[in-house]
Amino acid sequence: MAEMKTAAYICSGCGIGERVSTAQMAKVAQKEGKMALVREHACLCDESGVQAIRDDIEKEAVTHIVIAACSRRAKTEAFNFPGIAMSRANIREGVIWSQPDDADRAETTQEMADDYVRMGCAEVKKMKVPEGNPNRASNKRILVVGGGVSGMTAALEMADAGYDTVLVEKSAALGGWSAQLVKRVPSKQPYADPADTGIAELAAKVSGHKHIKVYLNAVIAQTNGAPGRFSVDIAQESGATVTEEVGALIQATGFTPYDMMQLPELGAGKSPNVVDQLGLEKLVKAANGSPVKRPSDDGEVKSVVFIQCAGQRDEAMESGGRHLPYCSGHCCATSIKQAMYFKDANPDIDTMVMYTDLRVPGTGEDFYRSGQQKGVIFTKGKTASVEASGNACKVNFKDLILNEDATIEADLVVLATGMVANSGMNIDIPEEEVAKMEVKPVSILNLNYRQGKDMPQLKNGFADSHFICFPYETRRTGIYAAGPVRRPMDMTQAIEDATGAAMKAIQAVENASLGRAAHPRAGDLSYPIVRLEGCTQCKRCTVECPFGAIDEDEKRFPVFNESRCRRCGTCMGACPVRVISFENYSVDTVGMQIKSVDMPDEFSEKPRILILACENDAYPALDMAGMQRRSYSAFVRIVPVRCLGSVNTIWITDALNGGWDGVMMMGCKKGDDYQCHFVKGSEMASYRMSKVDDTLKQMGLETERVASYEVAITDIERVPQLIDEYAAKIKEIGMSPMKGFA
Amino acid sequence: MSEHAVAPYRNDFLREVEKNVEEGHWVKMCMQCGVCAGSCPLGNAWAHPPQEIFMMIRAGKREEVLTSDSMWMCTSCYNCIVRCPRQLPITHIMHGLANYAHRLGLAPKGQPTQATATLFWNNLIKKGRVNELTFSLALYFKDGFVQGIKNALGMQSIGLGLMKAKRLNPMEILGGHGVKDQSGLQAMIAKAREIEDRKKGFSK
Ligand code: SF4
Ligand code: SF4
Ligand code: SF4
Ligand code: SF4
Repeated sequence: MAEMKTAAYICSGCGIGERVSTAQMAKVAQKEGKMALVREHACLCDESGVQAIRDDIEKEAVTHIVIAACSRRAKTEAFNFPGIAMSRANIREGVIWSQPDDADRAETTQEMADDYVRMGCAEVKKMKVPEGNPNRASNKRILVVGGGVSGMTAALEMADAGYDTVLVEKSAALGGWSAQLVKRVPSKQPYADPADTGIAELAAKVSGHKHIKVYLNAVIAQTNGAPGRFSVDIAQESGATVTEEVGALIQATGFTPYDMMQLPELGAGKSPNVVDQLGLEKLVKAANGSPVKRPSDDGEVKSVVFIQCAGQRDEAMESGGRHLPYCSGHCCATSIKQAMYFKDANPDIDTMVMYTDLRVPGTGEDFYRSGQQKGVIFTKGKTASVEASGNACKVNFKDLILNEDATIEADLVVLATGMVANSGMNIDIPEEEVAKMEVKPVSILNLNYRQGKDMPQLKNGFADSHFICFPYETRRTGIYAAGPVRRPMDMTQAIEDATGAAMKAIQAVENASLGRAAHPRAGDLSYPIVRLEGCTQCKRCTVECPFGAIDEDEKRFPVFNESRCRRCGTCMGACPVRVISFENYSVDTVGMQIKSVDMPDEFSEKPRILILACENDAYPALDMAGMQRRSYSAFVRIVPVRCLGSVNTIWITDALNGGWDGVMMMGCKKGDDYQCHFVKGSEMASYRMSKVDDTLKQMGLETERVASYEVAITDIERVPQLIDEYAAKIKEIGMSPMKGFA
Repeated sequence: MSEHAVAPYRNDFLREVEKNVEEGHWVKMCMQCGVCAGSCPLGNAWAHPPQEIFMMIRAGKREEVLTSDSMWMCTSCYNCIVRCPRQLPITHIMHGLANYAHRLGLAPKGQPTQATATLFWNNLIKKGRVNELTFSLALYFKDGFVQGIKNALGMQSIGLGLMKAKRLNPMEILGGHGVKDQSGLQAMIAKAREIEDRKKGFSK
């Protein structure tokens, strides 16, 4: 790469020039920032401004630029200079819009602007232009595990888009559970009658597609690799194993119906006339258009009771529930459909749906009305027990409207039992415990990853999925979850889900082939670089990487799988000897910013508070606060970070040693209901910060000097309040005694 | 009607209501949201607000529903109708049920609304016009002679006022006015009854 030549551009547009002296900022850039070229412009983002920058790049061989103008989140199209390292000093949202336009704040406002220029200059000098992952691989085939509705849909979507697809199905035929259905809940206007499943046609399309290769009676024996270069061993019924090279995988392994034998109180196992929803489909299919027979004696079924939420929506396991704590979502509509099987054939058959809450969102409401129209009766009641009584069943329940106990007799009782995810092994169960288990868990993906054989599981055993921001994305880059394996859902949702996962898989193989991050930093060319000479083999990076991107070699050094990496920087934050960095984001790019600010002395009454803000949520919230002219203390200096997980404690100790009076860390919610882009990043940060108190005590500082906050992107009002409260606290405990030593 | 032994929560009674009660086919459409019960200005004073009546029909509580006085208490304010998210003509169903119970002879004896309605009807179909005088007197005296005198005295000033305004004619005591074609009226009523009987399952 050519020699570094720096330039700073100070914009006076958008009112910046009226609020702060850009001449002063230019002087700072030149004198302190040591920028080779410094230019002021009245509207940098317009054609002439952008052209001026381009000219400097061409004619002056400028390689590193600082733009002191609006937030890095604004005008990204105008300020887009490929091959150039760029830092953006946030003068508009971060200074003039977040500081009141008062004469007595003019001085501190100018100081803020000057500091952001210093920080931009310090940062850019440490940046390199990322060149993309050199270990890229470009296999663009995609493998789908599971041949049900979700799996077939995903395969077909990708194949139709021209991607070669391999579909692996455990059973002897495509279709999954849906192939056993007589009809499906309608997905089209007028949502009034059960509809054809269309499964046979879908399966035929999949089998006959020139871009789809189907393996039946086959399972995954082993999965190795990373996006763009997975190698998957497929074990076939014959005992033979074939290896397929693919670029990404979709796990669409669906669900198993909750075992109704767990529900003897609801008559399961006590009478053959008590069945689950799939059991009913079988009976109707067997009847083949003639009246449905009662299993106990083949008598004609004259009355059916459907019991909703059987073994579902039970109290959470922790508080003593024995069954599924969740709602499977499809079963109310499914029971309505099944009642219609009877009503459509013979309106004289009595069908009753017993529910505590009927959940038929969206167009399901039309279907519900249609069921009522057809004479399906709905009773709000809680079933206490089901007993066999001759060839009939007695359903004992409490009528919740009439508030009394009652009993109904029926020929057939159908239990709506819900879905259990086929998500493979729970990798969080320690091996010793697995060893003690009677029925050994069976892995689905058989990943050859140090983190375990399957993807992590969420609550209640569902496969991983970034449910709040990025469904289908799992913590195993290049492997996507679709359909009921990741959350309970009906057929319409599964089809939508499969389509989404197909898009994600395509995104992954395309980005992998270009050496770029798959997502959520899609297209990012930077990647973690480790200086192994300094590595102490502490394994922190390997353990803390939320995405299983880091393995170990024989000598126990970390091996980065760049194409699995999401570029969150958690490894960089974890490394105690700071040997991990990205070309454009490193311990130095942030560290130098922290060191670059002008530090007023202890008696100035001008404390300095460093804010390390997650760039995905907290930083936008801060920008938006500025846009709404919600002002906050002029003593803060904000540094965006990729993820709080990337915060290396050295930044904190350096800041405190350098005289900063406080550090605020703003990141996303952690825990089960995390909102962190990188799933575990904020959790790792909070774990590391739990130890920072000791460091502070050693330094003789108050523990309040470092504070962590969970901030959501919507916290636009809250964020300035947090800042002001913290600034007041710092005022209360006083200025840092560490000033002037650095 | 002894064939009406109904199994609990089976659909026999619901079917009977659908067949014989005015707007009865709407009962199955109720989604038990309780909006009618909460909206009825009087419902909380009744044994069973509309929501409950509909559930009882579906639960096969034939006896309890048809002998209930709840539907007789409906004042036709229409609050429930305008609010029901399922657009059930609740008010009309209430009246339909009351009428059906009355025809079956199951309506509670001495229920004031029922007594008043019966007097009104009998008074009206005699000549095709309401005889205000005999109707009022019959009403006053429906609970016995002594109560009748008390009622009449209590309403004295209103009665005199009505007379002054020529809304009440003391001569009506002699038989009163009526429509021109008396026999035509009777034939018409008989035909209407025949049709209704057929519709509501009372045909002999
Ligand atoms: S911690 Fe983040 S940046 Fe580091 S290897 Fe893992 S995914 Fe990549
Ligand atoms: S955290 Fe740093 S020192 Fe530890 S193994 Fe990783 S690279 Fe090496
Ligand atoms: S408001 Fe309508 S739907 Fe709701 S309980 Fe009353 S009748 Fe039923
Ligand atoms: S119309 Fe009758 S049932 Fe409906 S709210 Fe009024 S009084 Fe109640």
